[in-house]
Amino acid sequence: MKRFLIIPLLLAALPAPGTEFNVLRPQQSSITFVSKQMGVPVEGSFKKFTAQIAVNPAKPEAGTARIDIDLGSIDTGSAEADEEVAGKAWFDSKKYPAASFSSSGISSLDKGRYEVLGKMSIKGKTLDIKAPFTLKQEADTLIVEGQFPLNRLDYGIGSGVWSDPSVVADAVQIRFRFVVVAAKK
Amino acid sequence: MTNRYTRTAITLHWTIALLIFAAFPLGVYMHDLPLSPNKLQLYSYHKWIGVTIFLLAVLRMAWRITHRPPPLPGMQRWEKIAAHATHYLLYVLIFAIPLSGWLMSSAKGVQTVWFGVLPLPNLVSKSKELGELLKEVHESLNFLMLGLVFAHVGAALKHHFIERDDILARMIPSLKRTS
Repeated sequence: MKRFLIIPLLLAALPAPGTEFNVLRPQQSSITFVSKQMGVPVEGSFKKFTAQIAVNPAKPEAGTARIDIDLGSIDTGSAEADEEVAGKAWFDSKKYPAASFSSSGISSLDKGRYEVLGKMSIKGKTLDIKAPFTLKQEADTLIVEGQFPLNRLDYGIGSGVWSDPSVVADAVQIRFRFVVVAAKK
Repeated sequence: MTNRYTRTAITLHWTIALLIFAAFPLGVYMHDLPLSPNKLQLYSYHKWIGVTIFLLAVLRMAWRITHRPPPLPGMQRWEKIAAHATHYLLYVLIFAIPLSGWLMSSAKGVQTVWFGVLPLPNLVSKSKELGELLKEVHESLNFLMLGLVFAHVGAALKHHFIERDDILARMIPSLKRTS
C-alpha cells in the first residue's frame, strides 16, 4: 500500500509538465572557454555572470535568454594573464566591464538538441551568433548545456601584437552550462 | 677492438649536445620575460626541443645498452671512475630534465604539444604548489647539468690538448693522432 502512495508523492515533487524554468542556480552553472596558444588548449572561466533564462521544456522554441558576464571575473589560469587580458589590447575591461548575450530565437535541431540565435556584445561590438545546446531535466532542475566557437578577432579581443592567430588562435571555444529551476509559486 | 664510438652514438651525442646548447640559454632567457606573443612562442620552442631531447635520449639509451662504448685507454683508476660517474649522471639528466619540464608544464596547467601538433598527456593535474616545486627541480637539475658539462668538456679538452691522447677522438674520429 505504501508503495502506491510514494509514486504520486514523487510526481507531485516534480514540476508539472509545461512548467517554465527561470531561476538560475549560479553555483552549479558555469561559463568556461578553451583558447589555443601555439596549438596548446588552455582552459579558463568567468567566475561572475548573471543569466536570465526562461525555458519551458515542453516548448523550448519559445524560450529566452539574457546573459551578462563580468569580464573582470576572468580566470585564465595565471595571475599574469588575468592582468594582461584586462588591458586595452584584450577586453579593455575598464571601459567595457561586461559582455552580454541576448537571444532572439531558438530553433530545434534534432531530438533534444536546439540552437539559440542572438546578439553577442563584447568590447563595444555587437554581432549575431548561434550556439547549439541540449536540455536535460534532472529532478527539479533543467540543465542547459552547449558550446560554440567565438572568433575573438571579430570583436578585437587580442589586437596589435596579439592578433597573430598562429600564436593565439582566432577561434575560442565557449562552453556554457546553466542549471535552472522553476520559480517557487 | 675499435677505439671510437659508433657513427650512430656520435650523431646522437652531438645532436643532443646541440639541442641542449639551444634549450638551456633559451630557458634562462625566457622565464623572466613579461607575457607577450614572443614569450609564448619561445616557451613552445623550448618545450619542443625538450621533448626532442627526451626522445633522442631514449634512442641513445637503447643504443648504449646494445653497443659497448670504446675503452678509456691510459687513464688512472680515479680518472676512469670520475669519467664514468659524469657520463652516467649526464645520461640520467637527459631524461630527468625534459621529464621535470614536462611535469612542470602539466602542474602549471599548460599541456605540452610537440611542434604544436602532437599533444603529450598531462602527467599530473594542475596544482600551483607542485608547479612551483617542479620549477625549482627543473632549474636545479639544469644547473647540476651545467656543472657536469663544464667538467665533461674541460676533461675532453685537457685530454686532447694537454695529455695529447685520443680520448676526444673517440667522439670526433677525425681528431685521431695515432694510427
